[in-house]
Amino acid sequence: MAEETRIERPLSPFMIGPYYRPQLTSMSSILTRITGNALIVGTLLMVWWFLALAAGPEYFETAEWWITSWVGNLIMFGSLWAIWYHYLAGLRHLVFDSGKGLDIKTAEKLGWACIYGSVALTVATVIIFWI
Amino acid sequence: MRYLTDRKRAVGKGSAHSGAEHHWYMMVSSVALAFLVPTFLIIFGRALGSGYENALATFERPFPAILAGLTLFVGMQHFHKGARVMLEDYTSGSTRKLLIMLVVGLSYALTAAGIFGIAKIAL
Repeated sequence: MAEETRIERPLSPFMIGPYYRPQLTSMSSILTRITGNALIVGTLLMVWWFLALAAGPEYFETAEWWITSWVGNLIMFGSLWAIWYHYLAGLRHLVFDSGKGLDIKTAEKLGWACIYGSVALTVATVIIFWI
Repeated sequence: MRYLTDRKRAVGKGSAHSGAEHHWYMMVSSVALAFLVPTFLIIFGRALGSGYENALATFERPFPAILAGLTLFVGMQHFHKGARVMLEDYTSGSTRKLLIMLVVGLSYALTAAGIFGIAKIAL
């Protein structure tokens, strides 16, 4: 009697692809998740950089060589774009949460704003880094 | 008629038994990060690749050091709670539990390691 039957509980189905055609709203939403989670890679490198800086000049040189190598640069510049995309998309979520901007026309405009805005902010920050 | 407010009736309900606390934390931390991240990015980006002496001189100062520690802490809290939502969407059972533990552990480990490094530089 006390024995419980184990139930395989279903996960909510992944909607994009089999049920919905890809749209700007869903694509810009999934990209928020992808960029947010991918930022752990850049964070790992950043923490390594801080630890290396604390460890002294010799070890720091090794770490910075890796972080500013072409692989490191690819990750760091990719992370820079990811952080700006996630930033703008996060602000969009705050707008959505307040119940505004949910009609299709505005939502799509906000989606494009995230895409173009993230590229523009990435370029702007790279310029600031080099001045 | 029960003398309970709507809010009181909702406490402890929902699949996570914690109401909207998780979502509320994401909103609070995202607003905090909206201020922290751009400021930190500029300081960190300019220090990165500028050589040992310059990098050290930047993070020896109190404001960059405190900002770096705070951004890392809030960022990692925001990360593990956000990653948890993804894991709850795509995995189930023991896999889900293990992955959530792994992500939470990784976030705290990175926070501790980063703050240790920053403290050692600044102090």
